[in-house]
Amino acid sequence: MTSVKTQQSRNDDGLAAVVPAKAPLQVVRRRRKPLTWDKVSFFAVFLGLPLAIYLLFVIWPFIQAFGYSLTDWSGFSPNQNFIGLENYVKIFTDDIFMKAMSNNILLVIFLPIITIILSLVLASLVTVGGSSKGQIKGLRNSSFYRVVSFFPYTIPAVAIGIMWGQIYDPSGGLLNGILTGLGLDQFKDFAWLGDKNTAMIATMFVIVWGFVGFYMVLFVAGIKGIPAELFEAARIDGAGRFRTAVSITIPLIRDNIQTAYIYMGILALDAFVYMAALNSGGGPDNSTLVMAQQLFFTAFSKGQFGLASAMGVVLAIATLIFSGLVFLVNRLTGGDKDVSL
Amino acid sequence: MTTKVSTPEMKSLHFQPRTPGTTPGDKVVGAVSHTALTIWTLIVILPLLWTFMSSFKTSSEIFASPFALPGEWKLDNYVKAWSEAGIGSAFLNSVIVVAVALVIVMVLGAMCAYVLARYTFPGSRAIYYLMLAGLTFPIFLAMVPLFFVLKNMGLLNTLPGLILVYVGFALPFTVFFLFSFFKSLPHEITEAAALDGAGEWRTFFQVMLPMAKPGLASVAIFNFLGLWNQFLIPVSINAAGPRVLSQELAAFAGQMGYAVDYGALFAAVSVTVIPVLIVYVIFQRQLQGSVSQGTSK
Repeated sequence: MTSVKTQQSRNDDGLAAVVPAKAPLQVVRRRRKPLTWDKVSFFAVFLGLPLAIYLLFVIWPFIQAFGYSLTDWSGFSPNQNFIGLENYVKIFTDDIFMKAMSNNILLVIFLPIITIILSLVLASLVTVGGSSKGQIKGLRNSSFYRVVSFFPYTIPAVAIGIMWGQIYDPSGGLLNGILTGLGLDQFKDFAWLGDKNTAMIATMFVIVWGFVGFYMVLFVAGIKGIPAELFEAARIDGAGRFRTAVSITIPLIRDNIQTAYIYMGILALDAFVYMAALNSGGGPDNSTLVMAQQLFFTAFSKGQFGLASAMGVVLAIATLIFSGLVFLVNRLTGGDKDVSL
Repeated sequence: MTTKVSTPEMKSLHFQPRTPGTTPGDKVVGAVSHTALTIWTLIVILPLLWTFMSSFKTSSEIFASPFALPGEWKLDNYVKAWSEAGIGSAFLNSVIVVAVALVIVMVLGAMCAYVLARYTFPGSRAIYYLMLAGLTFPIFLAMVPLFFVLKNMGLLNTLPGLILVYVGFALPFTVFFLFSFFKSLPHEITEAAALDGAGEWRTFFQVMLPMAKPGLASVAIFNFLGLWNQFLIPVSINAAGPRVLSQELAAFAGQMGYAVDYGALFAAVSVTVIPVLIVYVIFQRQLQGSVSQGTSK
């Protein structure tokens, strides 16, 4: 009921400006309906039903995870002993988990940067790569590039992983086939995913391959939303293409860039599917092992649910710290000023 | 957007109207741009074509040369992948789970977003922020407790359990996106409907929902891709149940080490990739539109 009232008062203000004196009062009287069955059932179903599912299957498990992380629960035994922060101590003294965490940090540093720079460059080429006279134009046939670049985003990550696993195959793979075909015989039978120096780089490339097209489309949309007059003005002032990209395009779509950065960062902190599909055991010397893999293994293979929940909490905190940092950096570098344009 | 630029006042700034032409510099930039974009296009498309081509080869042909065309264009690998490897039944499971979950999440998400966007009541902002929180937390954290929630309900390793969890995790994004959409619809329309005697239910289903069609289409596309590609949820809570496509694919690839049939593996990947790719190419215009819509919000 309260809802209806506030809405009215908003409308009344609007009405009052046009119709003076008594008109608003009448409106109020007409709308003050009793609590009808229609209204009660409406709220119960429209809000109650979605909220019930959401609380039960999303929020409740999240809350429980924090509780479990303080116990030594093994999942199938009835006894759960409260052991305080012991699980966390165990995690931070576990060399394998720390190795996994450093791999995740590596991913967080490089994945968003590489993906965003590559997709920004491609998006700029597509939108403003055309003639430097007259209107700002994109390249001819640019929609073809855009459509094809988006292909990987429609492919399930598992399929991407399996496909690239075959491409990187030492003997029958496409990559070594191309490289030896070009006369680089040192790559004959080179195991890209089996060498600890290349496994991580090869894996990162696969993830970048999967996401560049999506962010390219996102940035193209952002660049097209910039008023063309701004580009035109910059051009009249004598700014070249590179200068325009740095001084006009990037500041004006920095909100999109921030969104992309956070999404890619969250993905880099997870990365489970790609790692599991490319090197399910964690790669040579655990060089591609990530926290999520270790969590999954600890929970569903070793049955140490308390310990696994603690790993999940660490993962969640890492995600929150990362998002907070991105917001902070964007704010400190003056993000808000430009957004209002 | 770009057509607006050549307005008369623009031209009047310069005494001679500028005629679009190309300078030598433009040609160089254009050529470099086309080259760069072509290289990326090849990087995207070659692996896909190679996978498709390899799906017709036998294992020995695959090992003989990565480039040679298959000796015969036979569908043997596809038959093997579809029936023996179980990709066929997993494909159907995926279609059922994703379709049902998608319909439920779109209806529930639209209802929830509508109430949150159009009514103010105590706690409405708290619910909205609760939804936002679900977007930022990693799914991983929830998997272990979720396993036991479903176990206690008897829904572990069942498709209905999977559907409910899909709905739960797709809900925050759906509500978040549609919230701003419903907020932007004019208030006069609800009032007109109320004056005409429509109750809350009828107003929503006959007036507001049809108006929200463009927003619903965008969210549905992203939800479809997200749920169709989902891997972590099924392997955690449906490990022993009827497998969905991504699960079956991973299991098939996992046993490859023992029984090597790479041709069938390529066929399985192709079966997974091609249907969605075809749908994408047909609907790519709408999809590009929805990306821009999503960013402007």
